[in-house]
Amino acid sequence: MGGVAGGAGVREAAPERTAPARRPQNGSNHFGLRQKTVTYLVLAPLAILFLAPFAWLISASFQPMGEIFSTTPHWIPQDPTMEGYKGFLNVGDLTKAQQGQGHGDWRWFANSAFVAVTITVLQTFFNALCAYAFAKRRFPGRNAIFVLFLATMMVPGQVTLIPNYLIIQHIPFFGGNDWMGSGGHGWLDSYWGLIMPGIVSAFGIFLLRQYMLSIPDQLLEAARIDGAGEFRIFRSVVLPLCGPALAANAIFTFQGAWEDFFWPLIIMSSPDKITAPVGLALFVVQNRTSWTLLFAGSVIATLPMIIVFLVFQRRFVQGIALTGIKG
Amino acid sequence: MAQPLVRTETDTAPVKTGGRWPRRGSGPALPHPDRRGLPARVWKERSAYVFLMPGMLIFSVFTLAALVFAVYLTFHRWSIIEPDKPFVGLANYRDMIHDERFIESVLNTIYFSGASVPLSMGTGLLLALLLNLPLRMRGLFRMAFYLPVVTPFVVSAILWKWLYNGDYGLFNYYLLQAHIIDDPLLWLSDKNLAMPAVVLMSVWAGAGFSMVVYLAGLQAIPRELYEAARIDGAGAWQRLRYVTIPALRPTTLFLLVMGIISSLQVFTQIFVMTSGGPVNKTTTMVYYMYLWAFKYFDMGYASTLAFALFLMLLVFTALQLRLSRRESGAWAA
Repeated sequence: MGGVAGGAGVREAAPERTAPARRPQNGSNHFGLRQKTVTYLVLAPLAILFLAPFAWLISASFQPMGEIFSTTPHWIPQDPTMEGYKGFLNVGDLTKAQQGQGHGDWRWFANSAFVAVTITVLQTFFNALCAYAFAKRRFPGRNAIFVLFLATMMVPGQVTLIPNYLIIQHIPFFGGNDWMGSGGHGWLDSYWGLIMPGIVSAFGIFLLRQYMLSIPDQLLEAARIDGAGEFRIFRSVVLPLCGPALAANAIFTFQGAWEDFFWPLIIMSSPDKITAPVGLALFVVQNRTSWTLLFAGSVIATLPMIIVFLVFQRRFVQGIALTGIKG
Repeated sequence: MAQPLVRTETDTAPVKTGGRWPRRGSGPALPHPDRRGLPARVWKERSAYVFLMPGMLIFSVFTLAALVFAVYLTFHRWSIIEPDKPFVGLANYRDMIHDERFIESVLNTIYFSGASVPLSMGTGLLLALLLNLPLRMRGLFRMAFYLPVVTPFVVSAILWKWLYNGDYGLFNYYLLQAHIIDDPLLWLSDKNLAMPAVVLMSVWAGAGFSMVVYLAGLQAIPRELYEAARIDGAGAWQRLRYVTIPALRPTTLFLLVMGIISSLQVFTQIFVMTSGGPVNKTTTMVYYMYLWAFKYFDMGYASTLAFALFLMLLVFTALQLRLSRRESGAWAA
């Protein structure tokens, strides 16, 4: 892009070689040096404003408490320390006192990673299964079930949050519950409770179904005639053709699961089982003072998101275009 | 073992290649050419139900049953800590209408949406227009503005809580340095500043999303429109006003609806940054519901509050569903 703009003068000397309408000769409409300078002068300060909080976050995560709490903020740590990061390296259990005194727990991140990856894998798979049935199979009740799915997309998560808390609490045979689902705490404070409600999403099913509709029926027919079983068709014909849609579903699910806050906040209670967002947020809300640790933890919690974004950047934009949403 | 059976039966499923229907004289145009009874058709397509099973199971428990249960809760006084949970009819709904804190939470939520949605969309549009120009380092700029969207919300909230800190925060420091203010502001503990502060943080966190969607919208505008406008003598401003903005209307509508839906559900920022304070000035509907459910343990009333939110959202979600259905084709292309 930049190269084309730079060579514009040369191109215009040889008319009709490039697409004629692309850049008019009229000087006033030309995106000239002056406009370009003005644009940069607007963009650069905006970019600095947007990035400054990150720069501060990274810098502060290396500053000792005294430096964070100084009246003049330092953008470059004068006395760099790894204390914040080391605060998460503990192994084994923390005493209550340690938890209060600004120790973090590496398991927050491990929990987040485990839960987010599990939800992503299972949800993408189960969504695809349902989407395939809706898109490519004709069976009694299909439309009714599909409309039901669509209708529930209009229900905000907050409405089912409270009943789900009670449902989770009364899952039979788990967490000390009897077969009637009472007596114990069920799936509360367990990974089951974190993962299970998240392994299907009506929205993901809808997205994948729309995509699968574009797969020609003849392909599936051909596979059937070749003797492929139903699951074989799904795995070897349908799934490979849904790459972009599956990727979009997986990326947004991972992102959503990693930064999910409300659900883990209400159902998890053991300090070693909570996820990173909850651990960090509780730290603030309980007015603990070790901001070095908090900033370090924030950096660690952000890294996976940024890595996923950088690796799948193209897919990301595609996904937004495909779905029109961010997790 | 069952495999061959399944296969040969589903072979006949598609309407046009059906093996045994033609002799019954039903044409391929009929919706249900198979005239056999319902159980037989269900049995023939049983593998489709197997595909649906895991999803349906989770869906029935955590969405359908939960929804019914939520309605049930609103008609009961349901406290986790009390053993009996009596039926109270419409008492929860009556209480809600007369609950001043509830009314206040609705107003706060509308305040938040009304301020944060237009601001993030406006910022996003501005950024998209600038980044749609032939510049060097466009990718870099785009990433800079998109980074806050990628950042976990809790992290953004924590970070901004510190930036707003009365004694050590960067906002006060630079505003004092620039002599814009004479005394440090209390931002999140000031009843007039708390909500604007939360809004500003949310705009920072959300503008990049609008930007990316607007960029996609801008790139879909046909060049010929601009050429035609140029020939008609339209200047840059007029082209923006009469070509770009109208052409972006579907994008704007989409962002508006999505933005309203998600901003009405605001919770994380409030929980981390203000805990609903000072004096309830930032208690939004979802935060208020959270308080009733998990601080006062009254699930019945909290569920009623959730339905109030549902009602407010319903208009917008219905609109969103129509939009996404209409545009899913255009978006995918």
